Amino acid sequence: MARKLLLEHINVPGINTLAVYREKGGYRAVEKALKTLTPEEIVEEVKKSGLRGRGGAGFPTGMKWSFLAKPEGVPRYLVCNGDESEPGTFKDRYLMTHIPHALIEGMIVSSFALGANTSYIYVRGEMMPQIRILERAIEEAKAAGWLGKNILGTGYDLELYVQPGGGAYICGEETALLESLEGKRGNPRIKPPFPAIAGLYGCPTVVNNVESIAAVVPIINDGGDEYAKIGIGRSTGTKLISASGNLVKPGVYEIELGLPVEEFIYSDEYCGGIANGKRLKATVAGGSSVPVLPANLTLKYANGDPRLMSYESLSEGGFATGTMMGSGGFIAFDEDQCMVRNTWNFARFYHHESCGQCSPCREGTGWMEKILHKLEHGHGTSADIDLLWDVQRKIEGNTICPLGDAAAWPVASAIRHFRDEFEWHVKEPMKSQSTNYGLANYANPIEKVVVAEEK
Amino acid sequence: MSDLVKVTIDGITVEVENGTTILNAARQIGGDIVPPAMCYYSKLKGSGGKCRTCIVKVSKGSEKDPRPMPKLVASCRTTVMDGMEVLNITSPEVLEARAGVVEILLINHPLDCPVCDQAGECDLQNLGYEHGLQKTRYEFERRTFDRIDIGDKIQLHMNRCILCYRCVFTADQITNKRVHGILNRGDHSEISTYIQTAVDNDFSGNVIDVCPVGALTDRTFRFKNRVWFTKPVDAHRNCSHEKCNGKVTLWYKGEDVLRVTARKDQFGEVEDFICNECRFDKKKTADWTLEHPTHISETSVIASNHYETFKPLPVIKENLTLQEANQRELERSFKI
Amino acid sequence: MLKVEETQPVEFSSALLAKFDEIVKRYPEGKQKSALLPLLHLVQAEFGWTSVPAMDKVAEYLNIQPIEVYEVASFYTMYFLQPKGKYVLEVCRTGPCCLVGAEKIMDHIEKKLGVKEGEVTEDGLFSWRGVECLAACGFGPVLQIGPEYTFYENLTEQSVDQLIDDLRKK
Repeated sequence: MARKLLLEHINVPGINTLAVYREKGGYRAVEKALKTLTPEEIVEEVKKSGLRGRGGAGFPTGMKWSFLAKPEGVPRYLVCNGDESEPGTFKDRYLMTHIPHALIEGMIVSSFALGANTSYIYVRGEMMPQIRILERAIEEAKAAGWLGKNILGTGYDLELYVQPGGGAYICGEETALLESLEGKRGNPRIKPPFPAIAGLYGCPTVVNNVESIAAVVPIINDGGDEYAKIGIGRSTGTKLISASGNLVKPGVYEIELGLPVEEFIYSDEYCGGIANGKRLKATVAGGSSVPVLPANLTLKYANGDPRLMSYESLSEGGFATGTMMGSGGFIAFDEDQCMVRNTWNFARFYHHESCGQCSPCREGTGWMEKILHKLEHGHGTSADIDLLWDVQRKIEGNTICPLGDAAAWPVASAIRHFRDEFEWHVKEPMKSQSTNYGLANYANPIEKVVVAEEK
Repeated sequence: MSDLVKVTIDGITVEVENGTTILNAARQIGGDIVPPAMCYYSKLKGSGGKCRTCIVKVSKGSEKDPRPMPKLVASCRTTVMDGMEVLNITSPEVLEARAGVVEILLINHPLDCPVCDQAGECDLQNLGYEHGLQKTRYEFERRTFDRIDIGDKIQLHMNRCILCYRCVFTADQITNKRVHGILNRGDHSEISTYIQTAVDNDFSGNVIDVCPVGALTDRTFRFKNRVWFTKPVDAHRNCSHEKCNGKVTLWYKGEDVLRVTARKDQFGEVEDFICNECRFDKKKTADWTLEHPTHISETSVIASNHYETFKPLPVIKENLTLQEANQRELERSFKI
Repeated sequence: MLKVEETQPVEFSSALLAKFDEIVKRYPEGKQKSALLPLLHLVQAEFGWTSVPAMDKVAEYLNIQPIEVYEVASFYTMYFLQPKGKYVLEVCRTGPCCLVGAEKIMDHIEKKLGVKEGEVTEDGLFSWRGVECLAACGFGPVLQIGPEYTFYENLTEQSVDQLIDDLRKK
């Protein structure tokens, strides 16, 4: 069995209560941090751990913390990003539902490290049950003296609040989240300045994902060096993977980074293989924003070596033959799934969620959706496929925030790897409405994969 | 650190104040290398970054850190560093990306220039002319909205809007109470007042001037004439409004003042915001002291009427008060 | 421009205003606008939807311009600017849920309730709509019902029938 740091006690009855959480060693990290460590030492431990942001970008958390400006007399804020909305990702909901105190404990330690006396957990509005769970847990923690004034007699004060969102994927982008927290439309800000300099209310702010914050707890308990021993290369520690799609056992799994992708999909410890005895056609490895890969490239690199679940290994081969770790939303497609339909579905999502602030994303996502709708419903031409490629290229890299890239990559990768299937929709419009393209050669041994030319 | 930094744009080096944006540095050089700007407005705080037409390539970050920037950047919101090298019109990549932005801005635009009051002085028209394609690859239905009147003086054609947010910033910063804003999101976003509230404020008319397209137009000028048939003359009056200096451009057709706008500089930005009284209520020559013909760039379609010689209007010749007020100009016209 | 269906004045109860006061305390002084999203959730839970008079009231309470409230309420998808059924079934329609049959569930709901997406049943009890990813992809298909936002996971046609029947009886 792999080591579990976050989900070790997930099945203990009553772990969502303070009493049981304490029994299992909860809030040790707060005691250790507040009583024996300085804020600088905590930041140092997190740096040593090599923890990378679990929200999608994979930026080293310790480094992010060390960028925080510390002008005199200006409050600093820690904001936890619980606006989990990336299709395929549901690990934060799982964590907040079952072990809310892990997040609160992480928030206390992190806030102390950053010198924040007011911290917010921004949770997407649809997760009202989780908001209630967190609010109850905060009350419990406050009553027991883990929050509020003069925590553990150390003189450190912290108020922790849960802020509901209103239903907007874009608020997962950290500056859009801050705008939303200020009671405005979730339009991402133009950077610089980065939140570390001017974030919430113009004050220095750190925004971290729920899982990143929770991971600070084991890092402080066991030490950054110990945490860094888990994993592979620069992908240290454990990671929550949300597995969904056509799997025997979809769900949230904590893996040690470096686990072979094949083992993750097929072993009984994890997903248990593809549901209904079907074969794997394609995967999205890190949430809908990352490039989709055919089955063969999912399991192995272009050179035939096995692909692992780690930041580096998943992106091996760049966009031509690789993908990204993203937020760890692993979606599996079986042989009966239509890649054109799925690409259209994702394009509709990004069209729906674009904030409309900058023109390439606002207009381009809608355009892509319309072209894909046309292709999927058998009215497309092969020129449409080329046009689609061109439109995504006009969006990628030309927008204020990464949503433009996130909208462009799934489309680009689908055309890159599944162009045959797109062309089949053009050539066989009637047939494409009643049957599907099937597995084709997407699971064939790697040599046969022709790498589509990069732009 | 010295207060001046060196930046090279398309091979031309200029020294600018620290903290200047690439766009403003380019404006100091002037000419063709100035990136087009549809949403940035130097007089409105927080504007810019949205339309992406001003994107440029930073091929060298700075003297200290010469690495190029990985992506094209919005020149209106990127500040220069000492030793920075920027490519605008000398980079095919920039030109291609800009053409892409123009195409994208136009896919839902109604292209109703023939009936649009803004035609002839429209930034989007100029942009499309210089950077766009001659045809569209967009074959779906365009997004449409109903036309609404916000107050009796301003009309909103949301179909034409490119969501530059300038009018929102104007309302926020120039007027004392904002009643219009951006509703909905994504490509359904619209400038609106939700319930049809009149935008009623002493300075509300300025949203017409800052609008780069024909989305916000002057109802008192609606369908009166094409701008290239009218002749702009700079004029002023003693405006009683404390925040208005009364310096405007009058747009004449024959003897009639068809509309009044703020004066605009070479980048199409107003020099000073004017009040609604000057804009909407003072449409008689007698209200104004005329200065001289407005300078119009010779590339503009408005310049095609060669009006730059000052021809005093017949009404001035008949009216003694006006003759006194415009004495200097009259003398000049006599010399010619 | 959005149409206004109803312009009847609304009154906020003292219990609701007490909740408002509690929320505003979370933010630094002068930053009371931060309370806008939570306040709108409370308003919607109370009245079933977010009407213009209610938004105006919220603006007045927070000392901001009404347009600032309209801008925010129309940006986020959770605020209903039109009256809806008592129970709004929001079914996730994004990729992973579609892989496991969300589209069939939506078709079934449409047939079962006899109304199209966004419409209200005659008895005023139900509306339904497809929404984007609800972050429960591993348990799809899923739907949620406000204002509590209770989740119903691993839906089948039978479980949806059961759910709707139970809600009718309530």
